[in-house]
Amino acid sequence: MNLSIQIGTLKLQNPVMAASGTFGYGVEYARLVDLNQLGAVVVKGIRLEPVSGNPTPRTVEVASGLINAIGLQGPGVDGFIKKYWPFLKGLKVPTIINIWGTTVEEYAEVARRFDALGGVGALELNVSCPNIKEGGAQFGTDVKLLAQVVSACRKVTKLPLITKMSPNVVSIAPYAKAAEDAGSDALAITNSYPAMAIDIETRKPKLANVTGGLTGPCIKPIAVKLVWEAAKAVKIPIIGMGGIQNAADAIEFLMAGATAVAVGTANFYEPQTVLQVIAGIHEFMQRQGIKDVKEITGSVHAGK
Amino acid sequence: MFTRMLEQTVQIVSNERDTDSYFRLVMRAPQIAPLIQPGQFAHIHVLPMKDALLRRPFSIFQVEGDTFSILYKTVGKGTEVLSQMRAGEELNVIAPLGHGFTVPKSGGETPLLVAGGYGMAALYLLAQRSPQKGIVFVGGRRRVDILCEKEFRALDWDVRVTTEDGSHGEKGIVTKPFFVELGRKELNRKVFACGPTPMLKAVGGIAKEFDVSAELSMDEHMCCGVGVCLTCVIPVKTGDGWEYQRSCTEGPVFDARKIAWELLK
Repeated sequence: MNLSIQIGTLKLQNPVMAASGTFGYGVEYARLVDLNQLGAVVVKGIRLEPVSGNPTPRTVEVASGLINAIGLQGPGVDGFIKKYWPFLKGLKVPTIINIWGTTVEEYAEVARRFDALGGVGALELNVSCPNIKEGGAQFGTDVKLLAQVVSACRKVTKLPLITKMSPNVVSIAPYAKAAEDAGSDALAITNSYPAMAIDIETRKPKLANVTGGLTGPCIKPIAVKLVWEAAKAVKIPIIGMGGIQNAADAIEFLMAGATAVAVGTANFYEPQTVLQVIAGIHEFMQRQGIKDVKEITGSVHAGK
Repeated sequence: MFTRMLEQTVQIVSNERDTDSYFRLVMRAPQIAPLIQPGQFAHIHVLPMKDALLRRPFSIFQVEGDTFSILYKTVGKGTEVLSQMRAGEELNVIAPLGHGFTVPKSGGETPLLVAGGYGMAALYLLAQRSPQKGIVFVGGRRRVDILCEKEFRALDWDVRVTTEDGSHGEKGIVTKPFFVELGRKELNRKVFACGPTPMLKAVGGIAKEFDVSAELSMDEHMCCGVGVCLTCVIPVKTGDGWEYQRSCTEGPVFDARKIAWELLK
């Protein structure tokens, strides 16, 4: 039975990753989870300089979901390399580094720095964070800017590039195509949905940032649909994510057209989710007599 | 760099009402119990609660043999469902978590503890494991908000109670008798506190005024509990400014002088 898949030149032992922003820098969960069983670890978004993030409260739980407005707190490129890279480079599974910037030039500079580091599995371009004023979703919701970011990074590195797409667009197809045409090796679909919650007693927003990004099981059906639409528009592999809690959820994404999946919010409440998803896919393949996980990709009978 | 923690499904030994809306929950966790240090917490997945996703963090109250307990108040959906669970039912727990209190050394400082409401629970292990007995100041709104007074008296500690309505102990807020006591300026004392943030801020201010060091257990909203999501951050002074540090990892116990109170909401 073959669970391995490929993202550009990067080979993964199985199609299940831990999503950026929900798994820290790997080391935090290393005491609870055998990281070497994962497909890949995707670290939290990094830009050139350290970022202190948004004021608190930063997260609020809602029915079957979580709204967050962390604001990409992070150590910057140098801080990351010093504090976290020694641990991550010792892992047997690849590290995918999620990068962002406030300008096209900054994206390219961060990409260049990680290219020069050596040993990085792939770069994920975060053009879809809804919680920062500059950078993030501003690049992911404008086709021209999106293409500029991807091609600027493409010019400075041969590392596989994964573009993490914003769900906050009328139709994802032209954005998916723009990222593919600009040289992206894969798409990560999707990021969080812009959202808000209000405390009716105080009449104040529940987040200090007022709005945030909604994740968790409540977004899964809309994320599956985005993957299905994007898969029809591009040839490059798609990494599906949004509310995955178990193998059945992951298999839905694969059937919609994803080659791989990432577990996000579920890590926060059940750190074993990634391993449970891998085991569950294996069990499903056995039960259905599927020899290669790639056979599942895009296998939905949607009649279109 | 990291303390040891485990994720385990554990069985409830007992879950009984203490006073009013407060409950005591004892869990059998033979591998977790011996690892627990004073001031640490357990992150509990209330398994029957289906539409609420997140774990709930609780300070660890007592450790006895292969069990540990928490003392909690029903404040929302999570604790409401938890309060209805019975002996024999299971919870999933990640524990022990966080950076706890520094237990005084033998012949070292005399501990002065300040507790607001269920903050008292987080201080019990520290009192039990401290080689020196000290004074514990405990405050609450009403008599029913004064918890585990009996347990502290059983440790032979000096327990000073205040209630805002005067129904038990001295009438007023807990920081008043604490202020008077520090005003006696006895040497070699250290303050440890747990309770609502405004109380902790006042305790930190009073300790600073008398130049006494204070460790405060901060009660911040949490999400992952293990340092990943960056929900529970508080502003902490650094050499040349400040940075957000995680209550679940660098805390929940912080040195009062290092907290950038002016930036804390």
